[in-house]
This record gives sequence, C-alpha cells and structure tokens, in this order.
Amino acid sequence: MDERAAAVAELPAPRIETRRRLPSLVWIVPIIALLVGASLLVNALRAAGPRITISFQTAEGIEVDKTLIKYRNVVVGHVSGIALSQDHTQVLVTADLTRSAQAVTMLDTRFWVVRPRIALGAISGLETLISGAYISMESGVSTTPQRHFVGLESPPPLAHGPNGKLVVLEAQDAGSVSLGAPVYFRRVRVGRVINEELDPRGARVHVEVFVDGPYDRFVTRASRFWNASGIDLALDSAGLRLQTQSLAAVLAGGIAFESAPGLIDETPVPSGARFALYRNEQEAVAPPNGEPRYVQMRFTQSLRGLAPGAPVEFIGVDIGKVISIDLDYDVKQHRFPLIVTAALYPERMGRAYQVLRDNGTAEHEDRMAGLVGQLVARGLRAQARPASLLLARQLYISLDFIPGVAPAAFNPRAAPLEIPTAPADIEKLQRRLESILAKIDALPLASLAHHGDESLQELHRVLRDVDEGVVPSAEAALLSARQTLGTLDRTVAEDSPLSERLREVSSEAERTLRSVRFLTDYLGRHPEALLRGRRAEDVDRNPERVEKTP
Amino acid sequence: MSIVRAHDVGVVACETCGWVLPEWAALEGRPCNRCGLLAHARRPRSLEKSLAWLAAGIICYLPANLLPVIYTSGIGGSQDSTILSGVVSFWRAGSWDIAALIFTASVAVPLTKFLGLGLLQWSARCGSDWARVSRGKLYRIVEFIGYWSMLDVVVVGLTCALLQFKTFEQAEPRVGIVFFCAVVITTMLSALSFDPRLIWDGRNRG
Repeated sequence: MDERAAAVAELPAPRIETRRRLPSLVWIVPIIALLVGASLLVNALRAAGPRITISFQTAEGIEVDKTLIKYRNVVVGHVSGIALSQDHTQVLVTADLTRSAQAVTMLDTRFWVVRPRIALGAISGLETLISGAYISMESGVSTTPQRHFVGLESPPPLAHGPNGKLVVLEAQDAGSVSLGAPVYFRRVRVGRVINEELDPRGARVHVEVFVDGPYDRFVTRASRFWNASGIDLALDSAGLRLQTQSLAAVLAGGIAFESAPGLIDETPVPSGARFALYRNEQEAVAPPNGEPRYVQMRFTQSLRGLAPGAPVEFIGVDIGKVISIDLDYDVKQHRFPLIVTAALYPERMGRAYQVLRDNGTAEHEDRMAGLVGQLVARGLRAQARPASLLLARQLYISLDFIPGVAPAAFNPRAAPLEIPTAPADIEKLQRRLESILAKIDALPLASLAHHGDESLQELHRVLRDVDEGVVPSAEAALLSARQTLGTLDRTVAEDSPLSERLREVSSEAERTLRSVRFLTDYLGRHPEALLRGRRAEDVDRNPERVEKTP
Repeated sequence: MSIVRAHDVGVVACETCGWVLPEWAALEGRPCNRCGLLAHARRPRSLEKSLAWLAAGIICYLPANLLPVIYTSGIGGSQDSTILSGVVSFWRAGSWDIAALIFTASVAVPLTKFLGLGLLQWSARCGSDWARVSRGKLYRIVEFIGYWSMLDVVVVGLTCALLQFKTFEQAEPRVGIVFFCAVVITTMLSALSFDPRLIWDGRNRG
C-alpha cells in the first residue's frame, strides 16, 4: 500500500479542466416536439371560430360531436353540446364553428335543422335519411356579430341560387299556392314560391317568388303573374271554364307568368319588384285596366242574378264590372229603384280610348260627360241582360244603342254619371204579357156575366110567351094551310082537267116558238122578204115547213 | 446491502459482447478487444439524453391524445376519433375487451413508461440507494413493454388499409397517430439511453 501511496504521491497533481459542456444534441428532439405541438395548438386556436348557441324547440336528430353545421353544404362546425334552457322550454345547442364561419355568424344569420322532408312539390334533405340531420345556416346582410341564435323550426323559404330574382306578388288571397309551389313561364318550371305572408294590415297576401337564372330576365315590366293553381273551374256569365297547368300545379298549386300581349316593355325589373297576382290567366292577360271611372244606373225592375263583379259590356266589349247594387227609395212614386254602380275602364276600349285620349276628351271630366251625353242622346242605354239562355239567371250590364228608344234625361254634372236604363228585350216581352194580362184582368167579367144572365132570363120569358100565345094560333094556321095545299094538290093532279089543259097549252106554245125561230132565221138570210114576200123554192127547202104543212 | 460494482474492481464490461477489460483502457477510449466497439464504464451523458427523450415523449403525448388519430366515413356519417373517444365508443358498443386492450396499450403503457423512466432517472440523479433491485426490475419492465404501445399504431394502420371501400366505408389516419408513434419511439429511446448501471452507483459514484 505504501508503494502505491508513494506512486500516487509522485503523480503530478491532476489538472482539473472544467470543460464547458454543451447540452446534448438529443435535446433537439423535445424542442422539435414542443415546436410542432405548439404550432398545432396555435393552428387549432386560430382555426377555431366562434362558439355559438342556437336554441331549438327540439333536438331531434342532433347529436353531440356528430351533427355538423353546414354553410352552403360546407362543413363549418359541429355540435359540441346540447343542453336544456333554464326554463326547460328550449334546447340550447352549442356549436363550435371554424374560423371561416366567423364572418357569417351575424345578427340575422339563420339556422335550421335539415331533416328529410317530403312534400308534394319537392323532396328535400333526403341525404339526411342516411347521414343524419345536420344544421344548416344561411347568412344575412347584417354585420353585427352574434353568438346566440334562435333556430328556425322549418327550413327558411329560400335556397337562393346565385342567380335569379326575387319577385313579390300581391294577391287578394293565397289561393291554393303553397310554399315551394312551382312557378311557370310558358309552362317551363323556372322558379318557386319561397314565402307567403300577410301584409301588416292583413289586407293582402304577399307571395314571394324566386325565379332562377337565367329565366329571371323574362321577368319584365310587361310580366303578368297569375295563379295557375289547381283546377280553376269557373261558372259565370261567360259560361263554364276549366283551366289547369301541370299535374304538379294541380296538386301543389303554382304560379305562372307571361308577358302581357301587346306590351313590348322588355326592361327587366330589379330584384324585389312588386307585381299583382291575378286570379287567372284571363284576368292577367286582359288589357291594363287603367284608372276606373264610375257610373251609376237606375233600374226599376228586379235584378236577380246580377252580382257585384258581373261584367259591363259596351257593344259587346267587356269594359268594366259591377261594383255594387244598392236599393234606393223613390219618395214620390213609392218605388224601390235599384242603383247599380259600375267601374268602367276606358283603357279597355283600346283604340277608341286612344282616339279619345288624343283629342283630349279623356282628360277632361266635363268633355267626357258631354261625350256620354251625346251617346245617351243617340240612344245609349244600360240594360240588364241574361248572359245566355242557359244561364238566364246570370245577368250582365250591357251598354248599347237602342234604336227608337224614348229620350231620357241626362245630367252631365252628376258625379258619378248616370246612364239611363232601358228594359231588356226579355223584359219587354214580360211587360207586354203583363199588360195583356192586366187588360184581361181589367175586363168587367162579373157584370158581363150578370148581364148575360138577365138576357137569358128575358129570352126565356119571351119563349114562354111564344109557347103560350103564338103556338095554338100557329097550329090553326098550319091546319088551314094544309087544307089549302090539299085542294091545290087535287087541282093539279095528273088526270085533272086543269092539267090536261095545261099540257095542250104548252105544246101549242112550243110550236109557236118554233115558227117564230124559223121566221127570224129566214128574215136573217132574206131581209128583203119583208118587202117581197117568200119565194117558192125557199118553201120547198124548208123541211119543217114540209113537215108542218102537210 | 453491500454491492461490489465493476468499477470497484477496476474493470469494465463491454455492453455488447460482455468482454471484460480494464477500466483504464476504457477510460482511454480503447475499443473492446473482442467486438471492437467502444466500451464505457458508464454511457456518456446517459441521464441527460434519457431525460431529453422522455421530455419529447411527454410533449408528444398531449397531441397524440388530443388530436384525432383516425377518420372514418361511411353510411351513417363520418367522424374523427381520438384514442380516448375510440376507447369509449368500443366500450359503449360492448366490446369492453378491445376497449381495455386499447386503453392499456395507449394510456396505461405510456403513462407507466413515463412514470417508470422518470422515477429511474430521478433516483439515479439523486444517487439513491432505495430499492435498487426493484428499480432494476422496473427498468427491464419499461424496456419490455415499450414496443407494445405500437399496438395502437398497428390498429390504425390495419384499419386504414382494410377499410377502403370508398363511398361506403373509408378510414384515413390522422395526425394524432404520428404523435402517438413519436411517443412510443421517444420513450423507447429514453429507456435505451438510460444506463441501468446508474441504478447501482449510489451516492459514492465515481
């Protein structure tokens, strides 16, 4: 051990080098891991968009972590939680959206659950039968960010295409048009009904229609929309009409539009333009009505069968319709005339109206009244006529010139103008029958019958007198007459001397007459015989003479 | 318990072939007489390297669990699954055995390794004399179970390879599995970097 200790002692003192040792290169590995992990975290944080809550009535089909949020069918998030609201009336769905969805979660963004829906007009969301429901969203126009939303219970009424046009139709009622109902242009399906709502006062229905591009350019100022719904069966004064569009429209209702004939205003309308929705094609394509002018007509006969809306025809052209039928009371005559107010649309008169407008008559009320006055003076009368023999109970008002009608008073200052009326032809017939009946009625049949009775009694009396006084003497007269006749009979009997004498007289007279004829004949041939007498040869040639003068 | 280390008798065993050579030769940097590899009395900077790999493993373990490891799509929807959500869905579907297996391979094993390696490194750094035999066993366990965590990676790989019926069923790996793979590799490297002889050094290391 000493040797060893000595050896150690001999050694120089160890030089201790404190090398500055660098950390091992292995540390790069955790640093890289850290960096990658951190970058992932940052990425995840950056990609993470807003966390929003949407309230729904029901969470049907929504699953945590499975149900996706889609915007234009792009996945922009998923449902991360479902909870009941505090008052248990709502389902609060929490959804984590991606960063890209941040720009579309604004105040008016709408969310709804896409589930399979099968309606008459369309089938939608069919893919969700397999994939399960998802939440779809649609951005609005607001720029105010929002984190809490109220979800829609049914899909919003639009799936706007990028192209197309929204048109608002104003209608009296929605008819049989329903959401999603097709819109036709020349029977080609070009759009659909996306919304129906009442206007704030509830007076009209606003039907929003979306016309897909490129067909939206056919929506021009000249376009007329009408309800092509279902089966339109109308029975009115024009008869029976049946109109249908396609089978789908029959079932689900529909709207059709076309350019009104004659109008060539091809200016496309901006999106959101308003149109009237006509009840049928006939109304839609009728010439524009323009401003109505109101007239009144006073009828004295029953107008059963005339209803508001009945047409008013001017020489057979439909220019207006009946607005109202009022009952008036005539104090002087104690009668109840009917006052029919009608709206006339002069623009329906076409060229005639143009002429009137060109010469300025249409603008001035007094000139218009003067024109009507002239027409009345020429025999213009209003008549309530039956629409057809078949529909005798459907009346319409006809404005027509009636030849030989009695002049009627016309007040050009009246407002509205009053057009005198004339009884209809059928009514005339009725009147005549009535007057005949009245005359028959007026005959004094009772007294006539009384007089007749008296006369008969008189006659009876006379006859009895005759029977009592005249008949016996008449019998006596007849008896004597018979005696006279018996005497006469005996006098003229065959073998009586009187008869014998008579026969002789008559044959003598015959002979005499023959001689006279001979004489006249002879004198005709020989007038000189009057002077010279008869020649002998003439006597020979006369056989009669020979025979008579044996 | 008295332990006689190789160092105490001045020799070094070659780690590869077990050839014993004098310590001074090893210190001078001579290679093993038999196999020609460098022999160290203790692996240089073993604790440092092991710690670094362990740190990398722990770092990677977070995204491996948080990020989806597989994406499946098919009839009934598509979804990204993380390891834990996969375990839960297997459990709910009734396949508790598979769920337990995956849970063991992907959660229990990595965590055991983290804890085991951490404990080994910490005790070695402190030069603790505590439970040296048990720690030696622990090291062997950690080394043994290391590659079993690759089970998850294999599952994902097989699933993605098999489920390729396009529109009907489809599976694709997601980035999480890469991190999980990194966890397995780094923890194995950590265990490999750790010199188990340090367990026996104790305070009087030298």
